[in-house]
Amino acid sequence: MSNAIVQQRGIGAMIWDYITTVDHKKIAHLYLVAGGLFFLIGGLEALIIRIQLMQPDSNFISAGLYNEMITMHGTTMIFLAAMPLIFALMNAVVPLQIGARDVAFPFLNSLGFWLFLFGGLLLNVSWFTGGAPDAGWTNYAPLSSTSPGHGVDYYVMGLQIAGAGTLIGGINFLVTIINMRAPGMTYMRMPLFTWTTFITSVLILFAFPALTVGLFLMMFDRMFGSAFFDVTAGGNAIIWEHLFWIFGHPEVYILILPVFGAFSDIFSTFSKKRLFGYSAMVFATVLIGFLGFMVWAHHMFTVGLGPIANSIFAVSTMAIAVPTGIKIFNWLFTMWGGSIKLSVAMLWALGFIPTFTIGGMTGVMLGSAAADYQYHDTYFVVAHFHYVIVGGTVFGLFAAMHYWWPKMFGKVLNEKLGHLGFWPFFIGFHLTFFIQHFLGLMGMPRRYWTYFEGQGLATGNLISTIGAFLMAIGTLIFLYNVIYTAIKEPKASADPWDGRTLEWSLPSAPPFYNFKQTPLVRGLDPLWIEKMEGRKGITPAEPLGDIHMPNGSILPFLMSMGLFIAGFGFIYQVDNKLWFIAVAVGMGLFFASMFTRSFKDDLGYHIHKEDLIEKGDGKE
Amino acid sequence: MSERTENVSRHKLNVRKDENKEEMVQQVITFALMILFTLIAFSMVILDISSYFIKPTLLLLAGVQVAFQLFYFMHMKNKGHFMPTIIMFGGMTIALATIITFTTIIWW
Ligand code: HEM
Ligand SMILES: [Cu+2]
Repeated sequence: MSNAIVQQRGIGAMIWDYITTVDHKKIAHLYLVAGGLFFLIGGLEALIIRIQLMQPDSNFISAGLYNEMITMHGTTMIFLAAMPLIFALMNAVVPLQIGARDVAFPFLNSLGFWLFLFGGLLLNVSWFTGGAPDAGWTNYAPLSSTSPGHGVDYYVMGLQIAGAGTLIGGINFLVTIINMRAPGMTYMRMPLFTWTTFITSVLILFAFPALTVGLFLMMFDRMFGSAFFDVTAGGNAIIWEHLFWIFGHPEVYILILPVFGAFSDIFSTFSKKRLFGYSAMVFATVLIGFLGFMVWAHHMFTVGLGPIANSIFAVSTMAIAVPTGIKIFNWLFTMWGGSIKLSVAMLWALGFIPTFTIGGMTGVMLGSAAADYQYHDTYFVVAHFHYVIVGGTVFGLFAAMHYWWPKMFGKVLNEKLGHLGFWPFFIGFHLTFFIQHFLGLMGMPRRYWTYFEGQGLATGNLISTIGAFLMAIGTLIFLYNVIYTAIKEPKASADPWDGRTLEWSLPSAPPFYNFKQTPLVRGLDPLWIEKMEGRKGITPAEPLGDIHMPNGSILPFLMSMGLFIAGFGFIYQVDNKLWFIAVAVGMGLFFASMFTRSFKDDLGYHIHKEDLIEKGDGKE
Repeated sequence: MSERTENVSRHKLNVRKDENKEEMVQQVITFALMILFTLIAFSMVILDISSYFIKPTLLLLAGVQVAFQLFYFMHMKNKGHFMPTIIMFGGMTIALATIITFTTIIWW
């Protein structure tokens, strides 16, 4: 019935619904689609890079365009693909796992998404306005502060806007997890994905301000004539590097921790066992989060910080391998003796373990400051971070999407196609990046647009490019699977994987109010406990009553659009002061929307008890 | 049985009353101290005391006042403030690490 209504309302109404929604499940869809699109754009850029490097002395793209390509590839993948896809999962899953009806601040949740999207769009507009940013995703000064054209200005404004969205999202999940857990859901009963989301949010809260400050300094240097990074005027270019990596290293843990959580849930579900060493896992997560802030200078060993600083940061860097190792062993022990089901989610998880371990190993190699003088800025580093980011984060995203797809869209992704897509991606990945370790050791520097014949680098690069195309094929099969599943697959049951945590006690996909009655949590893996005691569902913690829901709102969209317009104004006022009009219009829209939000009461609405009874419990 | 629970709850009530009283006393004392600190700070500036002495002393007094504010007036010493405390001190640690690096290896 509900389907018929959607069709009747038509496409326009659906778009309006999504633009104004504050429902965490729909915001998850938005993050998934937007992050997925940016993932494809970033992937395309990667293929272009790989085609350029396929053979020596190649002229496929010019050197300048190559610089833009690598910059936008890195920036897009980290800020516009990986982060939003992680936010998609957090939004889809965390409120369900803790037994909440929504996040703590639904309005801010939507604002966070639209800020990210408009920031990402702003960044990508640069392709069409005379050149994208070209100073690398790390945007080091003075290369960036003196880069001609407006490319780097787009980097600064785009990331500033998108970063504000991320910060808002992080704070939202912090408050949600601290305040909105169902009765009985103590901290030490939270599923690992919720735990890692929590720690990730803390990292976002502490790391992103460093980026914000750095971007502001860069903005003033490039647009308003200040000289923070200008050595000739008494500035100091190294400040950018520190600020960037104080943000940047925690950022790589922001990317990996949530999928660690997802893997933990997946391993325990598909091994039909409690997670081995739950409290050690929690402890390791917290420790990684803390140590993550103490190591940033390992990206700067060759800057000349001096032997004492280098040694301190080398030791703290290697220390991180310890909690990471704890996690790897706990996953192995979780599987040991379990009754393992080789679903697609589990397959990605199994592929992750050896891959990520190799990445961790090269990480420890890089963490040795003396050795890093050899590795730094070669393809060895490129190999390292792709092993951890693709082998960790991207594998994790694939695993988690296959696992939670029924909760997000009400259908189980086709398992056959899933297996079919895994193999080209997995093999292609190792083809692409394993050889890069050796290219790096042979001296191939990163970020160079070409190499010469007779340097012995040609074969390795050709293999690498072939691997990249295999990965593209794997991705296309996944996309085909998504469409195939939407058309052909039947509706999923509430609990297709015989799950253990609260989200599987709800229908797939859950009703918009999630829980009719707030659940009572009686231990770790609450659904499993109830199953073991022969009950069908979770015991409710409250009698059936009215449910309070927030109203949707267009204001987050308008606020973000305001900043988007103002962004252009800031970028171009350097050329012509008339562009300050755009700043005024954009900021005007922004503050007017904010004002409306603050002074117009919006108390939400109630779903009445009678209506809830009439509708049944939503299960079919 | 029911008499016992009643006794227990009465006892709890008394304990709470005592706690409230104690809380009030502490608040008044800290408030008085804070005013005293402020007076000291202003008079030091007015009396033109050497800046080698005045700078660290002012910073110290300011630090103590922040602590008073957080722990007494904003109840961080009470139960149920574990998470905010942890997160605030975590943030301070990271800010401190940043400041130390900037002052030791950038602007040495
Ligand atoms: C055992 C854990 C790890 C250690 C010891 C480690 C160590 C290092 C070191 C020392 C570098 C700098 C190399 C250089 O530029 O010369 C580096 C680079 C990098 N690492 Fe890791 N890492 C670890 C895990 C991770 C994880 C989990 C991620 C992300 C999910 C990651 C992402 C990156 C990235 C993106 C870079 C390159 C940044 C750039 O210069 O563009 N690392 N790693
Ligand atoms: Cu790092």
